[in-house]
Amino acid sequence: MIISSVDRRRPDADVRTGEDVYMEEEDDAFEMTAESAMKITSPGESITSSRAFMRGHGTYVDGDEVIASVTGVIERVNKLVTVRALRTRYNPEVGDLVIGRITEVQPRRWKVDANARQDAVLMLSSVNLPGGVQRRKLESDELQMRNFFEEGDLLVAEVQAFFADGAMSLHTRSLKYGKLRNGQLVSVPPVLIRRLKSHFCSLPSGVDLILGLNGYIWISKHVRDDEREGEEGFDAEAVYSNRNDDIDDATRNAIARVSNIIRALASRSVPITDAIVLEAYEWAIEQDADVKDLLLEDVADALIAAITTKEELTGPW
Amino acid sequence: MMSLRIEILNEGGFRSDGRRQYELREITFDSTTQASSDGSARVTHGLTEVLVSVFGPREARVRSQTLHDRATIHVEASIAPLSTGDRRRRGRGDKRILELAAMIKATFEPVVQTSLYPRSQIDIFVQVLQQDGGVLQAAINATTIALINAGVPLTDYVCAVTGGAHAAAPMLDLTALEESDLPHMTVASMPRSGRLTLVSMETRLHIDRFEEILRLAGEAGAVIHKEMRAVVKERTKGLLEGMSIGLRVSKAAEEDAMVENE
Repeated sequence: MIISSVDRRRPDADVRTGEDVYMEEEDDAFEMTAESAMKITSPGESITSSRAFMRGHGTYVDGDEVIASVTGVIERVNKLVTVRALRTRYNPEVGDLVIGRITEVQPRRWKVDANARQDAVLMLSSVNLPGGVQRRKLESDELQMRNFFEEGDLLVAEVQAFFADGAMSLHTRSLKYGKLRNGQLVSVPPVLIRRLKSHFCSLPSGVDLILGLNGYIWISKHVRDDEREGEEGFDAEAVYSNRNDDIDDATRNAIARVSNIIRALASRSVPITDAIVLEAYEWAIEQDADVKDLLLEDVADALIAAITTKEELTGPW
Repeated sequence: MMSLRIEILNEGGFRSDGRRQYELREITFDSTTQASSDGSARVTHGLTEVLVSVFGPREARVRSQTLHDRATIHVEASIAPLSTGDRRRRGRGDKRILELAAMIKATFEPVVQTSLYPRSQIDIFVQVLQQDGGVLQAAINATTIALINAGVPLTDYVCAVTGGAHAAAPMLDLTALEESDLPHMTVASMPRSGRLTLVSMETRLHIDRFEEILRLAGEAGAVIHKEMRAVVKERTKGLLEGMSIGLRVSKAAEEDAMVENE
């Protein structure tokens, strides 16, 4: 008889119930009902028969069985079974908005770290060049690529395509995209960012928010639409500038408050959307708490409790 | 006459720390450390404590070592000088440390589905914080949890345990004291298929004992697997709860916004 004892760090965790759940999951009569849609599985656990179902991401086939290879939630679309992990690197899709950091300047291309399994590629031909959007790239552009983006620069871009090996190619050929300045980067797990109607949000306190689908979030000073560079023609000086504008203390405070709110939400695994951030920001202002206090455990718990109860009071109707 | 040596297994069938022959030490798992990594785990087996952080799959830093059809696994181990009695500083090039890293790499290469991530690299950093026997077993168990926390696809859990033999009596989960006296081996098994990914022996073991220890280690692996799975699922459940709070709140906020717009 092999005996083991476990300290689960949480006294309320009941080992027995855990095992009972596990016994149920071992049932070979696997039916994908609505309740079982939220079933948690982990590597090596048999999900279903491979005769009736197709294997998707997070699974593999061994003999007659479809087996999970990651820990997460089982999802099913018709005959396709996938397991979605709750913590993983970013899986890019064409059209996604991402925020990245230049890691390398290579001939006619930049390498960009975008929290994916490989660095993304930003081709010289996929950026807006000074002197008009329609301009062709010249040899002189290739020689002065560091004038546009240097190692360490942050940028917002869109996923344009994939290469044969699965690496993504980015583009910044829109006035919305390009180099980032006047702000702060916060990194959260990519699953917490869902696809929204717009990933550019303006909070009322003079703060702009860019939610990159790769889990990188940019919080910056608000730029009024009529002041945005490149609206009238294309001002390369301003778009590729490495200098921050003057940021007053109130805005700096607001940026820090938003970034701490996002850290607090992420630490409790709450998805980050503009609505939630706004609600949490209003709560933080109401509490009149110091910005740095938002990082304390009990303040974060109170924040989560506040946005949950508020939702319950107003109700879905 | 009392001998100065501590009895490994006394007549009552108890070991020097009060355990029975096949009794494992207390196991704890902690996944909350190292927020900057993609996945991490701190595992203790009794007084042995190992911290593992996983980064990746990410862009390979050494381009010459990238493989075009799968990810490379890179393991780096370090042993804290304070982790053991004789306070010896071991550098990164130390043979013991390189061997530990190589064994962990060899254990996980057949289990991680590296072919899903061509040209990438998975970095595993192992830090031994305290040693009281079974460092390799603790490192392997911690790496399994850390890889699962990082969302790296594995074909199965890997559960490791040490086994040894005192006279004709096999024992499991040896302490440093027992390890220094007994012939022993470390076995890493995959509970679903029952296959072994590592059998490591540094001492000579009688062939008659070998089979018995191997079988016992397989059973002990199943027990450790159950504990690991319970911990992993509990953590996942916690993450899911946070996600569902967010879903409810954002849905309510969206409806609020719609009402305001009207």
